[in-house]
Formats: sequence, structure tokens, C-alpha cells
Amino acid sequence: MMQSLFSFGTHFQHAWSVLHSVLREIFDESAYARFLERRQVVTSPRAYAEFLDETQAQRERRPRCC
Amino acid sequence: MSKSARAVVWLVVAASGALSVATIAIHRGEEINAMWLVVAAVCSYTLGYRFYSKFIAARVLALDALRATPAERLENGRDFVRTNKWVVFGHHFAAIAGPGPLVGPVLAAQFGYLPGTLWILAGAVFGGCVQDFVILLFSVRRDGKSLTEMAKDEVGRLGGFVAYVAVISIIVILLGVCALIVVNALKASPWGTFTIAMTIPIALLMGVYLRRLRPGKVLETSVLGFLLVLLAIWGGGWASHTPAVGQYFALSAPTLAIFIIVYGFAASAMPVWLLLAPRDYLSTFVKLGTIAMLALGILALRPTLHMPALTRFIDGTGPVFAGSVFPFAFVTIACGAISGFHSLIASGTTPKLISRETETRMVGYGAMAAESMVAIMATIAACVLQPGTYFAINSPAGIVGQLPEAATAMISSWGFSVTASDMHSLAQAVGEQTLFNRTGGAPAFAVGMANIFSHSIGGQALMAIWYHFAIMFEALFILTVLDAGTRVGRFMVQDALGHVWKPLGRTSWYPSILVNSALIVGAWGYFLWQGVKDPLGGINSLWPLFGISNQLLATVALCVATTIIIKMGRARYAAVTLVPLTWLVAVTFSASYYKIFDPNPRIGFLAHARQLATAAASGATPSPATARLIFNDRLDAAVTAILIVMIAMILIESASGWVRIIAGRKQPVLRESPFVATRFATEEQA
Repeated sequence: MMQSLFSFGTHFQHAWSVLHSVLREIFDESAYARFLERRQVVTSPRAYAEFLDETQAQRERRPRCC
Repeated sequence: MSKSARAVVWLVVAASGALSVATIAIHRGEEINAMWLVVAAVCSYTLGYRFYSKFIAARVLALDALRATPAERLENGRDFVRTNKWVVFGHHFAAIAGPGPLVGPVLAAQFGYLPGTLWILAGAVFGGCVQDFVILLFSVRRDGKSLTEMAKDEVGRLGGFVAYVAVISIIVILLGVCALIVVNALKASPWGTFTIAMTIPIALLMGVYLRRLRPGKVLETSVLGFLLVLLAIWGGGWASHTPAVGQYFALSAPTLAIFIIVYGFAASAMPVWLLLAPRDYLSTFVKLGTIAMLALGILALRPTLHMPALTRFIDGTGPVFAGSVFPFAFVTIACGAISGFHSLIASGTTPKLISRETETRMVGYGAMAAESMVAIMATIAACVLQPGTYFAINSPAGIVGQLPEAATAMISSWGFSVTASDMHSLAQAVGEQTLFNRTGGAPAFAVGMANIFSHSIGGQALMAIWYHFAIMFEALFILTVLDAGTRVGRFMVQDALGHVWKPLGRTSWYPSILVNSALIVGAWGYFLWQGVKDPLGGINSLWPLFGISNQLLATVALCVATTIIIKMGRARYAAVTLVPLTWLVAVTFSASYYKIFDPNPRIGFLAHARQLATAAASGATPSPATARLIFNDRLDAAVTAILIVMIAMILIESASGWVRIIAGRKQPVLRESPFVATRFATEEQA
């Protein structure tokens, strides 16, 4: 019983972490994290503004499907 | 699990799917439960994924887990990033899921639930999923090249040109139709208009919060934005019941159209990131949440479908749009079955994120199956309505008359009982003044969705909130499609005009931005205006045109895919893309022929123009309005003809290439990136 509960908990945790990663990618949080890592800077209004500038062209050309 | 146990499981899945499809197909004269559609869909997609996509992956495409993808070879932390397959799946699904799979099935429900459901299932398993899968893989093998680049490289210059024109056409027509759906959903609706108007200050607040207070915390900001939108929906109810406020938001269709055209131009021409980026995030957040909620609502409620399997309108006399079940059901439902637009996404961002070639199967085939499931849910939402209610909402005044009594009498005479007082009560329940003449599919979908939600949570008391939640959800993400599409279209026009005069191609030169924005907004704005002024509601003319252009793009994608498969030396498996291509050609050619030449004025553009000309000559209708309608009909006929000539051109060029390769008269040259072994082979094996 305890083992199956533990197994369920592990699966749930894994599913949640995947879902969270998916949402972070969709909402560009992962892209921002990669930007901070690449530039070796910490998050700040200025860093975020630079991130937006850098990714503007890519985001503007991204179509939204019908 | 042992091999025999697995075989038993798959036999059970196959038997359940067959039983469900048979139940859907055979039942006549009595209502069925929506769960039959759900089970049929789940089993079809599961079987298609497990067996058909595996066959394509192994035999046709020979996916190679040891071949490095562009995300690995060209990794730069920006566009090219190796990403977990589930994350890419979610990203791809969020990008391909749009209003199409929601609206198309609702409109096609006028034929009954059967034609749409069968087309969604078969179209997705054998067409749409295959197209998305193969285009994604071919783009991965070409450093993430776009469909137009692949068409130019693999089919020829003409193929590239046709693909480019197809993309521009679909963008223009799509945006015009999308805008029309929003206008029809919001006209004379202070509640809906107030809610959507409030998303502008909400998005601006989100922008400030995101940029100044919590940089990069998009999820957190989107949750806050969502809570504010819920507040705005509640505020919309207050506004509609407060005449002093409500009068400013009860707008006519032409006024709304002008607002949307100005919005589209501003979104394309001005640096309004503070509004657009947060709106984009908010719209995605609401979209994913609502689709998940709808799925849960259907599973919890297990509603009964009131729409019959087939209606009398399969003969082409339907009020929602004219035209018989073949070919019009197959162009009306595009995105839920096969959508050319997906090939742009599958050759856009997604191929640059794929870590392993083998993952293209799950991302390409799997995400389209999920999108198709959304279309099944939309079918259910439309078909849970009483048919009389469905037709009262979706029928234009030009068909059923302006007055409620006349409309309900007409609809009842078709055998779908409905009364003016039923419709009045329903309108009151959802907080609207009227639900008659709400063409476009969005209001009918919203009523169906509100029906499902209110039976699950809150009962009749929350019906109005759920209805406006659904309207807000549709309008919000259609407006996002509109502003993103306008900018994408503007860039494409700039790229093309840059070849004519270099400064016009400079994306940062303001005169070029203004001119090109005006061009693209003027193009879709014209279609929108035409739809708003059309006495038949606009959808009758424009949705088939949109379906045809979307299927044209799918034809281009399948031509490219078939060409590559033949060049790979796998001509014996070319049927995988050739069969859906043949079907699409049959559908688009037939639909185009009917739309141009059918003698019925409700179907054929030219017949309608002739009818108007005759009426004008006899003095029965005022001539300035008639002259404009005649011009619109001829323009629509010309656009359809141009699209069909495009299909013919790329088909001829592709087919001649296939014949020459197969006959050995042409050396096949694949423009793939050279093979590079992945550095992660050991990780893959482990």
C-alpha cells in the first residue's frame, strides 16, 4: 500500500515537473533563464528589457495558428 | 507486459474504437451520448499513433536517433535549443491550437454530428497528423528551414512561389474571417465588448508588472492577468445592466469592424510590446486552461447530443453556409482534420527545439492528434444544443428573417422545433439581448460550452458568466491571432517588396512599416468589411474561402513531402502523403468549382452576382449597395480561381518531377543537411 502510494507520488511529482517545464517554455521563462545564463547576469528590469529586445524579431515573426 | 498481454490490450482498444465509430455511424432517430465520440476519438488517435505513425517512422522516413538535430548542431541558446520532448510537444500544441478547430466543427454541425466527426477522425489520422509529422521531420533534416524554402529547394522555384502566395493568401483570408467572427460575437453585446475592452488595460498592467516589478515571471503575471480578466467578466455583467455605461459598449458590427481594423494596424505598425506580448501570454494561458476545462467538463457531464447524426442540410440547402456535405464539410473543418497552416509551425520554431529525430513522431503526429481532439470537443459543444437553438443562433437574417417569430417559424418548419420565447429565455440566461443572427460559430460554441460548464459547476446561475467567459476566451485568442498574423504578413510583404526596392524590405524603416502594414491590414480589412456588410452574414462566403486557402497550403505541404519521399528512394511508400493529397485536391477543386460556377446564388459567387445584377436592373434593390456586393462576389470568385490555378501549377510541377525521377530521367537531389552523428548517442542508448 505504502509502496504504491509512494510510486503514485513519484509519478505525480514527475508529471508536475514536466507540466511546469512545458509551461515555462511556452511562456518564455526558460528562454529568459537561458539568456541570463548565457550573459552571466542576474534578473533585473534591465536584463529583462535586453532579453525582450534580443528576442523581439523572433517573437514578432512567430505565427499563431488558425 | 508480455507480448500477448500487449496484443490483448490493443485488440480491446481496436474493438472499443470500432464499436464507438459503428454506434456513431449507425444510430438514427435517437440521441446518443457524447462519450461515444470521445471513445471513438481516443481509440482512433491511439491506434493511429501506435501503428500508423510507427510504420511511417520506421519504413517511410527511417528516423535516425543517431543523427544530430539542428538543435544540437546549431545550438545557440536562442532559436536552436535542445529541449525535452514533452516540453516541445506542449510548445507545439500551444502554437497549432487556434480558433479553427473550435469554429469549423461548430459550423459543420449543420450537417449533423456524423460527417464532421468522421472527417475529423479520418482526416487527422491519415492526413493532418501525417502532414505535421513529415514536414516537421523534413524541416529538422534541413536545419529548420521553412515550408516555402523547402518548396523552393525540393520542388522548384515555382513551388516556392506558390507556397509564398498560398501563405500570404491564407494569412489575409484567415485574418478577415477571424475578425468577422469576433465582430459577430461582440456586436450589440455590451457585456462581451466591455470584457474584451478591459483586456487592454489588463495587458498594459501585466506589461508593467512583468517589466518593472517581476522581470521574466510570465506565468505568475499570466495568473494575475487571468484573475483580472475574471473580474472584467463580472464587470461586464455590471456594465450591461447599467445603461449609462452599457450604451458605450453596445456597438454595431460596422463600428466594431472599424475598431478592429485600427487595432490591427496599430498592432502591426507601432512598437506596442507593452500591450501585445502580455496579451499573447494571457491568451495562451486562457486558451490552454479553457481547453483543459472543456475536456474535464465533457468527461464529468457526459452530455447527450441533441443534434441528429445527419440533417436534411447535407443536400446543400443549409442556412449556416450553403453547399452539400461533399465537398463543403471538408473545407469547413480544416484545422481539426488537416490544416496547411500547421506546416508553417512544423517548419518554424518547433524543428529548432527537437533533440532527437525520433521525437518528431510524438511532437508532429501526437500534437495534431491532440488538436483533433479539441475539434471533437467543439463538435460536442455544438451538438449538445437543441438543433432549433443551434440554427436560430447560426442562421443569418437574410435566410430566416429579422423578426424572432419569423425566424423561429422558419426553423421549426425545417423540423427543428424552437420558439421565440425559448430563444428569449436563453438570451436572458446568458446575459444577451438576443441570440438570433449570431453567425460565425463563436456564439453557438459559447452557448454549448456554457451549457456544459453550468451543468458541471454553478448551474443556471452561472450560465451568463460561463457564456461570456467562452466569448472572452474566443475573442481574446482570435485577436492575438489577428495581431500576430498581421505582423507576420507585414514581414512577408516587406521581404517580397525588398526585392523590388531595397528600402521597402528594411523592417526598421518606418515608412516601409506603415506602407506594408496598411497593405496587409487593408487586404484583410476589406474581407472583414465585405463580411460585415453581407446580408447573408459573411461566413457563408468567407469561411469556405478560408477553408480552400488553408487546404491549398496543405496541398503545397503534401506536394513537398511527396517529392522528398520519392527523392529519398521510397516511392513505394509515397501513398502515405499522396492519398491525403489526392483527397485534398478533389475537395479543393470541387469546392472551388461550386463556389465560382454553381448556378445556386447561395453557393456560386458568379450566380449571386448575376442575381443581384438582375434585381438591380429591375429596380428591386438600391444600386450603390448592389454594385458593391456584385464587385465583392466577383472578387471572391477571382480569388478562388487564383488559388485553384496555384494548386494546379504546383501539382503539375511536382508530378512531372515525380514521374521523371521514377522513370530514371532525373537524378534525385535531396537538399538535406549532411549527416552528423549525435554527441549524445551513448545517452540515447543508456
